[in-house]
Amino acid sequence: MDINTKKLKKNAFRVTKVRGKTASRIRVPGGHLDAGYLSLIQEIAEKFGNGTVHITNRQGFEIPGIDYENMPQVNAMLQPIIEGLNINQADPGKGYPASGTRNISACIGNRVCPFACYDTTAFAQRIEKAVFPNDLHFKIALTGCPNDCAKVRMHDFGIIGMTLPVLEKDRCVTCSACVKACRRKSVEALTAVSFRPSRNEEKCIGCGECILNCPTSAWTRSGKKYYRLTLFGRSGKRNPRLGEDFIKWADEESIIKIILNTYDYVEHYIDRTAPGGKEHIGYIVDRTGFEEYKKWALKDVTLPEIAKVYTPLYWSNGISFTGR
Amino acid sequence: MGYYFSPEGINKVISGLSEKYDIFAPKLFPGKGAFSDTDLVRYDRISAIEDVVFHMKSRFSPKEVLLPLTQTLFYYTEDSVSEPRPPVRDRLIFLRSCDLHAVRRLDAIYLGNVFEDHYYRQLRDHTKFVLMGCSRAFSTCFCVDMETNIPTGYDMSIDLIDGEYRVDCRSKDLEDFLVPHSTRQGEVVPCHVTETPTRVHIPENLSSSAAGSSIWKEYDSRCIACGRCNFSCPTCTCFTMQDLSYTDNPKAGERRRVWASCMVDGFTEVAGGAGCRKAYGERMRFKVLHKALDFKKRNGYQMCVGCGRCDDVCPEYISFSGCLNKLEEAMEEVNGNDKK
Repeated sequence: MDINTKKLKKNAFRVTKVRGKTASRIRVPGGHLDAGYLSLIQEIAEKFGNGTVHITNRQGFEIPGIDYENMPQVNAMLQPIIEGLNINQADPGKGYPASGTRNISACIGNRVCPFACYDTTAFAQRIEKAVFPNDLHFKIALTGCPNDCAKVRMHDFGIIGMTLPVLEKDRCVTCSACVKACRRKSVEALTAVSFRPSRNEEKCIGCGECILNCPTSAWTRSGKKYYRLTLFGRSGKRNPRLGEDFIKWADEESIIKIILNTYDYVEHYIDRTAPGGKEHIGYIVDRTGFEEYKKWALKDVTLPEIAKVYTPLYWSNGISFTGR
Repeated sequence: MGYYFSPEGINKVISGLSEKYDIFAPKLFPGKGAFSDTDLVRYDRISAIEDVVFHMKSRFSPKEVLLPLTQTLFYYTEDSVSEPRPPVRDRLIFLRSCDLHAVRRLDAIYLGNVFEDHYYRQLRDHTKFVLMGCSRAFSTCFCVDMETNIPTGYDMSIDLIDGEYRVDCRSKDLEDFLVPHSTRQGEVVPCHVTETPTRVHIPENLSSSAAGSSIWKEYDSRCIACGRCNFSCPTCTCFTMQDLSYTDNPKAGERRRVWASCMVDGFTEVAGGAGCRKAYGERMRFKVLHKALDFKKRNGYQMCVGCGRCDDVCPEYISFSGCLNKLEEAMEEVNGNDKK
């Protein structure tokens, strides 16, 4: 058997522990798909795999037990899924074009969840269109609100939905539902001043609890959507750590631009001798210093007026396995 | 007299009326729903017929036009008190039959309850009503069972049928605005519904002994005491008073009245911190029996008009109409207890 493992990995297949068998990895950007594709996945698993499917951590499907020689047929069967999920693809019928940048995952978002401040899947799909195909090792995740069910702080880019609450004072009946919700469920950014709620803008994390709990629609959402962008959380063998806040009250355009700028930065600074040519961005930033990264990241980015950039940025030590 | 209008014609009527009246109607507020990317329909000033939302129920009722959520009653200094200037312009309110019947309840409470409320009177005397006909009931409506489906006492009605607006005018003052822009005249009968998907039956023998039933217990844990039911209700009229001393000079300030809710904490709180309805089930009992029993005893008709907004807005899916339908069972239970 003569197989180019480098090539198949970049085609979203995997070298498995079973000699002669591969697994096909199906990315679902934003983690939401038409149920009709499930029967196609079933068909591939039953025809070419071992009849099982693994639901991956990053919101994809992995079909194990596929003979290497059947990869072209599997790719052909994947085509309707790839097209249906609107994946950027240069050669139709040849499968997923890259696997370095990981699937952009998202919590269920505001299509279902009352807490979510935006449509996480739609934004994930928008980022997908902007960054794929790409072989650099980037992990991007989106979550609808500061509950962070998607655990985005474990990613290189964590996108957390924010809502800017607006109070129409004369609709407020001073029931204090917002003040209580903010105190018990969020950050105590609201206090009652002369009966009515007063919002500490510094403290407010834009979770929207005040709006959700207001019985008279005195608190409502601003027309514009905002996000918190966190940087360079990571897991792994050396030094796992949580991502830190980079920008509060950022907008979609800026976030996409910052991610694209980061690809340029990594292209420029990555250690070409790293095993598999793979280096977590955070380690590169550790090497160049944050200020150098920031220079690249914010190039040609115009942030909303209320955006707050945290600088300088320090990460917690995290967990060090190396003793350093 | 009945009049027919094209959309352009009715908008000329609206512009004409706007010269004299502030026109309030259910209006769409895109993105202003509590959940992200959802809309809100509530009352606000409108300037064109396209602003009026006909196909959805407003989350809040028109009562806020007559009874603002927050209203300054007077300003005070050390030795003087002055009232805010009353609104100078007359008002037109677009509303459905149930809400029009609700105005009768507001009148009973604010004008016919021993003494008149001066502030309500100020607004009420300068308000005319435009009935929005209902060609079908929404899923939570139960106006027929509350006998509020047939509209009475409107100044003008409006129905949109096959792209044409039909108006029945009962007010001489409004007639002049209509005549020049109508395409034709003829008899117009505003639409009303004769059946609703939700049905409600309040037992004839309902009495205060229903308070002793066990049906209220489940609301202790189901209800979250948010007050959405009261605030969306067209007939809830409770308010509380707040004296606001200005920060820079506490000797001057204003007195406001602000909507209150019998479901929200603090409503029955008295000096010393005691309160007479701490359990949420007790608050539910009070609300339901006030609507279905006490008010009727005083006024001879039901307070609830069956708009169903309380059912629409409850985040815990507590159904007020569902609770009314349990009253029969409650009476059987307490009467049975007596016999034992």
